Amino acid sequence: MNRSHAGFFWLPLSVLLAILLGLLPLPDLIAPLRPYFLGLMLIYWLLETPDRVGMGAAFTIGLIGDLAFGTLLGEQALRLTVLAFIVQRFRARLRFFPLWQQSLAVFALLANDRVIAAAVRVALDEGVPRWPFWLSPLLVLPLWPWLVVLFDTLRMRARDRR
Amino acid sequence: MAYSGSSTPRYGDNSGGTLRLLAYLALGVALMVTDHRSGALAQLRNGGATAVEPVWWLASLPARLVAFGNAAISNQTRLNRENVDLQQRLLLANARIQRLQSLAQENDRLRGLLGGTRGYRLAVQLAGILDIDLDPVRQRIVLDVGASQGVHVGQVVIDAGGVLGQVIAVTPTHATALLITDPDHAVPVQAVRSGLRLIAYGTGHSDRLIVSNIPQSGDIKVGDELITSGIGGRFPAGFPVGRVSAVEPDASHAFVAATVTPTARLDRSGSVLLVWELSDDGAAVGPPIPADLAARRAAAALAQAAVANQSSASPNALPMQAQSSAAHAPAALQLPLHPVVPAHRVLLKPAPSKPAPSQRGQHR
Repeated sequence: MNRSHAGFFWLPLSVLLAILLGLLPLPDLIAPLRPYFLGLMLIYWLLETPDRVGMGAAFTIGLIGDLAFGTLLGEQALRLTVLAFIVQRFRARLRFFPLWQQSLAVFALLANDRVIAAAVRVALDEGVPRWPFWLSPLLVLPLWPWLVVLFDTLRMRARDRR
Repeated sequence: MAYSGSSTPRYGDNSGGTLRLLAYLALGVALMVTDHRSGALAQLRNGGATAVEPVWWLASLPARLVAFGNAAISNQTRLNRENVDLQQRLLLANARIQRLQSLAQENDRLRGLLGGTRGYRLAVQLAGILDIDLDPVRQRIVLDVGASQGVHVGQVVIDAGGVLGQVIAVTPTHATALLITDPDHAVPVQAVRSGLRLIAYGTGHSDRLIVSNIPQSGDIKVGDELITSGIGGRFPAGFPVGRVSAVEPDASHAFVAATVTPTARLDRSGSVLLVWELSDDGAAVGPPIPADLAARRAAAALAQAAVANQSSASPNALPMQAQSSAAHAPAALQLPLHPVVPAHRVLLKPAPSKPAPSQRGQHR
């Protein structure tokens, strides 16, 4: 009971945070390195609370992302749904990977996500994106373990306080 | 249910998961196609965008705080220096406006002599750029004015250098503008020197436009200045767009392609100007307007009237020539721009004086 209540509170908050981090203006030089925070958050919740967050939630979060970033309605929804599907498939394994291995897997997931995004662009006649487009998953490798530890700690604290 | 607490549909019924995936994929693709091909989702998108406005505001907060902090800690001498500098620039700008005003009057007189041609005025409104990064691959900016200030879809966005883009979506307090460098964008242009009419396409690079399919006989060369031609009815004629930086044969060698450097500062200038078109008598001006656009113009005219009423209270209204045109809405620049004939054109930004194309023809 407690736990589900805590999750209910954390999910929207983290989505909001991910969108804010995505919108935050960065210098042009490092802007392409910005990881896809929305995808990262979603992977975390898919691994932690699979009974709460599934493909439906992924689709909804994607739609919210589309509205916030002004992308074509449905683009991020599609990408996140695919992401959710793959994570759900391999969740049992992913969940018990050591953290460094998990970050490799997350890197692969987000790289795949980039491929889908590029495919959408090509389908829309916008051409294949230039090379900075592919840099975004790189920063995930060092970032993922910290993100997991941070979120686990925060949630644990919140649960203990209750 | 052996997996209590963590049971999901993925165990046991993988086919169900795949089916659901396919269903969501179909839904996503359908949404994208609808959004891309038609405006059917515009209402939904506008509603949603209104909902995410607070998020945009939050995201732009750090940048604003930095700006505020800069202002707060910048020292007296620097402010003084800046003040002097700005005053000098204002003086220069005012002098230019005076010159333009006399030109405008002369133009009006000449137009009166010719008879028949209607003039129309352009008004501008200052708008700030919300400092947030949308999709970095697409060239868009978010402005801090919206439908409540009378902004409407299709409005042209300019800065001191020239055309920046056009408004593609409005919410009550924000507007999204598509820049001319977006790959989806095209702007009808005309070479000032030769009068050649062309179309400039965005490339996705913020420092480059491309003009393709120029006939081999087309009179264009490096250094030519391109201005909006007014054809198509969306962009008023006469605004600078860019300068030709390279001309080379295209892949087929049947045509020539020119690379153009935009004159507007597309990489995030702090604030921009929104252009309103005001016709003298409310009649259509310039070339024929596509039907849907005409409807929007009519709606905009109503909104414009509303803005005129509140312009005195609006902090965004630019008090340019307030004394001479107090009756007109947000800052009517008394520049009678003629839509088609280049000889009658007055540039908003006084370009280095060049002979008009017609005179040029006589020289040759």
